[in-house]
Amino acid sequence: MKKFGGPVLFLDRSDINTDEIIPAKYLTEVEKDALKPFLLEDLKLDGFDPKGDALKKAKIVVTRANFGCGSSREHAPWALEVNDITLVIAENYARIFRQNMFNCGMMAIELSKDAIEAIFALKSVAGLECEVDQAKCELHFKQGGKVLQTEKYSLSEFDSALVDAGGWVEFADKRY
Amino acid sequence: MGKTIVEKIFDAHRKDEPFTGTHVLSLDVVMCHEITTPIAIADLVWREKDRVFDKTKIKAVIDHVTPAKDTKSAVQAKIMREWAKRHDLPDFFDVGANGVCHALFPEKGFIRPGYTVIMGDSHTCTHGAFGAFAAGVGTTDLEVGILKGVCAFRQPKTIRVNVNGKLGNRVYAKDVMLHIISLLTVNGATDRVIEFHGSTIDAMDMEERMTLSNMAIEAGGTTGICPPDAVTVEYLWTFVKDQYGTKEAAVADFAKWHSDADAVYERVIEVDATKIVPVATFGFKPDMVKPLSEMGEYKVNQVYIGSCTNGRISDLRAAREVVKGTKLAEGVRGILCPATPKIYRQAMDEGIVADFLDAGYCVTNPTCGACLGMSNGVLAPDEACASTTNRNFNGRMGKGGMVHLMSPASAVAAGIAGHLVDPRA
Ligand code: SF4
Repeated sequence: MKKFGGPVLFLDRSDINTDEIIPAKYLTEVEKDALKPFLLEDLKLDGFDPKGDALKKAKIVVTRANFGCGSSREHAPWALEVNDITLVIAENYARIFRQNMFNCGMMAIELSKDAIEAIFALKSVAGLECEVDQAKCELHFKQGGKVLQTEKYSLSEFDSALVDAGGWVEFADKRY
Repeated sequence: MGKTIVEKIFDAHRKDEPFTGTHVLSLDVVMCHEITTPIAIADLVWREKDRVFDKTKIKAVIDHVTPAKDTKSAVQAKIMREWAKRHDLPDFFDVGANGVCHALFPEKGFIRPGYTVIMGDSHTCTHGAFGAFAAGVGTTDLEVGILKGVCAFRQPKTIRVNVNGKLGNRVYAKDVMLHIISLLTVNGATDRVIEFHGSTIDAMDMEERMTLSNMAIEAGGTTGICPPDAVTVEYLWTFVKDQYGTKEAAVADFAKWHSDADAVYERVIEVDATKIVPVATFGFKPDMVKPLSEMGEYKVNQVYIGSCTNGRISDLRAAREVVKGTKLAEGVRGILCPATPKIYRQAMDEGIVADFLDAGYCVTNPTCGACLGMSNGVLAPDEACASTTNRNFNGRMGKGGMVHLMSPASAVAAGIAGHLVDPRA
């Protein structure tokens, strides 16, 4: 099973598409690791630098609605994965992107618009980290040791099973 | 309670329901291209499971960057080629026989009403035009599809779109769909199936229906489905005539994939086709749509006619009506990319290629190429393209470039004017 939790990267826009997460010109790579330097390369967003420290440190992405729309490329979750980002938190996702995340044993958590807004209110907190309590389905947003905010999440049984199994290939191989 | 088309297809293909609301379906067709398949192949090899569940149900093509443009794309093609050979795949299409997947596979008769279809490609929704459940998936779903012939989906909800009325002069399926996307927004059909109905859809041929279904994903839709009818039978006739004997028998059988009169829809949207005018996109999202007559003078550097949305013979014929006897405006580059070898040959036989060459166009081999900014027409920063493709994301056709989506007739008209323009003007 993958590990979840760590420093948070905020991407304050809806409809971030998979071309922005990993441009098509890198799709000729046949090794996932080769995608590492190009994550979010084409994303134009105030205050966001694809070569900056915030992205380098991040283990979690918090964003708005319809994250991962567009192309079906699993290179998008892979580009996150090879950069050690295994969890995305958003209002909702494009279907294929969301399924790709769980199929890789990663998590794409959906929270209400209000909950996302409340997390964005922490955007300027220095050193913000998110700890994931998978047993309780809770996200603890912390500065140092201090919990600033807690959000509950839920996963479907299928999504949880994929996370536990480490992905869809593992799950399907046992069952079918 | 009645059922929608997709609910009926799910019922007929459900192999397992491991958890409530998770439907594992058996697959009729698993389609593969060289961008998303090689990593699945490599993973299967690594797991010592280099097998295919049924070689007759796997359809493979090299189409995105073909012929190869560099070493990396050549390696991808090689992986596909060797895999197809190793498993003796009867339906593998390489250079000389290859074309854009969502144009090529329907043309070969691989898609039938009621089928379940997946591909590692978001525009797999195109095949919903045949009354099939056809969904784009990622590489992991594709890998399991190749190995086991199954794929998992959540319970689908359906949005019904009723389009009624006759389309006006130089208004096409592309204009209809861009209009629908502007109503739904890019997130409006996420995780939903779009079902198309109404007299406008009934009057469309299969190529127009494919243009509609192709762009369901631009509103987030899992697939865009058209009820199969006599038009569907006509398109598929050479492939199904032995099975059915008469067209009436085929129409009657296909009707089992119709929604019930009391099927439950999440939403119903009414569209008056007579009010739709030629439109185009003006931003980096496919729901940013405006009538071309109100667009103002957006300058274009390139015109691109092709892709799985609008690279079929009827698109080329419509474009030719506008291009014949004209010249590209100074400084505008024109690219015509027939989507399959068959379309290419038809376009030559009908003199369409000649008309485009006379107008100053370059005619390329069938490939995705420029549509996703990989080859054959990549834009430079700050350049704009009047394009018949389906996606206008920032950087899609080349870093810093702008893509305006529109119908073939509108794109050709922009090439003549040097800027976006109403093709009726
Ligand atoms: S033509 Fe464009 S949208 Fe269609 S399959 Fe090829 S890359 Fe994708």
